[in-house]
Amino acid sequence: MSGKIIRIDLPADPEQIRQLKLGDEVRLYGTMITGRDMAHKYLIEQKPEEMREILNHNIIYHCGPVVRKVDGEWKFIAAGPTTSIREEFYTADVIREFHIVGAIGKGGMGPRTLKACQEYGAVYLHAVGGAGTLLARRVVKVKDVFKLEEFGTPEAMWLIEVADFPVVVTMDAHGNSLHTKVTDTSTEVRNRLLGLK
Amino acid sequence: MGVFFDWGYKLVVKAATDLPEDVEQALKEARDREADGTPARSVFETILENVAMARKYQTPMCQDTGQVNFFIRLPKTYDIEDVEKELADAVHKATRDGFLRPNTVNSITNKNPGDNSGIGWPHFEFEYADTKDVVVDILLKGGGSENVGAQYKLPDTGLGAGRDLKGVEKVIIDAVYQAQGKGCSPGIIGIGIGGDRAMSYMVGKKQLLRPLKDTNPEPLLAELEASLYEKLNALDIGPMGFGGKTTVLGVKAGFAYRHPATFFVSMTYSCWAARHRRMVVGKQGVTIS
Repeated sequence: MSGKIIRIDLPADPEQIRQLKLGDEVRLYGTMITGRDMAHKYLIEQKPEEMREILNHNIIYHCGPVVRKVDGEWKFIAAGPTTSIREEFYTADVIREFHIVGAIGKGGMGPRTLKACQEYGAVYLHAVGGAGTLLARRVVKVKDVFKLEEFGTPEAMWLIEVADFPVVVTMDAHGNSLHTKVTDTSTEVRNRLLGLK
Repeated sequence: MGVFFDWGYKLVVKAATDLPEDVEQALKEARDREADGTPARSVFETILENVAMARKYQTPMCQDTGQVNFFIRLPKTYDIEDVEKELADAVHKATRDGFLRPNTVNSITNKNPGDNSGIGWPHFEFEYADTKDVVVDILLKGGGSENVGAQYKLPDTGLGAGRDLKGVEKVIIDAVYQAQGKGCSPGIIGIGIGGDRAMSYMVGKKQLLRPLKDTNPEPLLAELEASLYEKLNALDIGPMGFGGKTTVLGVKAGFAYRHPATFFVSMTYSCWAARHRRMVVGKQGVTIS
């Protein structure tokens, strides 16, 4: 882990994304969009045209926020990451089809996403799970929301502007995954404790 | 609306926004065990900052305000109907006011009614007890942590786990290993031993209401909890699965009698945001702790 903090403005410069390494601490600025299970299914099954410009060189945040309407405008009240592995089925295809350069979530993703990250120059960024209040306060504006009625609050696609949004690179564009490393270490410990192998 | 609506609302808000002190203390101790500049340390610092902010601003510490569970102990003559309705209404109001995320989804149509109403929500467990007061424990249980729960059937040949407490220990090590960081580690592990399948999970879930530093009244289980605490923290999964010295903040085990043919062991995983609070409604008034 390098210790320095890297600023990335969204939509991102693909070259800057490729240079990121495991453990890099990143602060995000600019516009990004949330998307969970229903959004990913929608993107891949319907390939909506209106999403192409929004997603190009941008990042999808795996998040279902708590929101309130204050003076007629939506406000994020709690907005930490959700478990990303549920999107493993779709993410490689979303990278390919919509040219996103990353996803933010928690828990990491699988080999298919890791391979797509390597092939197309994308990264997986880990936010701190459960840090709902802190992360919501880095969302400076809710710019729009898509599919709110149909999908409900957690699953809707919220277009948000963030500033100083803290994440860590746990899967880079060079085939490295922190999640694989931690799993390997804990596998050894588990097998020793259980007297296996 | 009555006392269970008014105070139930306060209980819900408190649970969502104010982490119990013993859990926060355990997180501070975990932070202090990690070296400066490590990702594990930075995760704990973010968590603790978030906990303080949620308390200060009275906003949910985590956006997944979970499944709402009420565990209620009643005097034997109590009418439970108004308790149930008033607490459910309090949950709906807290949802409309932005303290709970609308988390109920119709499993057949996939539609979300938007106010946390629906069959089975909130979840109630009633128990008549030898008590003068009504004791209501609330547990907000997030979906990510619920997803990594697991149930085993002893013996488990693959894990070398037989039908005894050593076997129980082995399957729990495997369950927490399988969970990795995905349940928002460090977790609190609720273990249910015995019962039928449903009871086994419920015994484990109820353990999550216990204070972290209590001692299990059953000495064999106290021993199991201490032993598992050491072993699980050796897994090096750490906070968020980044690697680190603290994988679990606590291990709590309970048991029920089993059928001779069955031996279920269930692991219910609580994320670090272990949101539970207690309300006592008595003749002298109401307290929330």
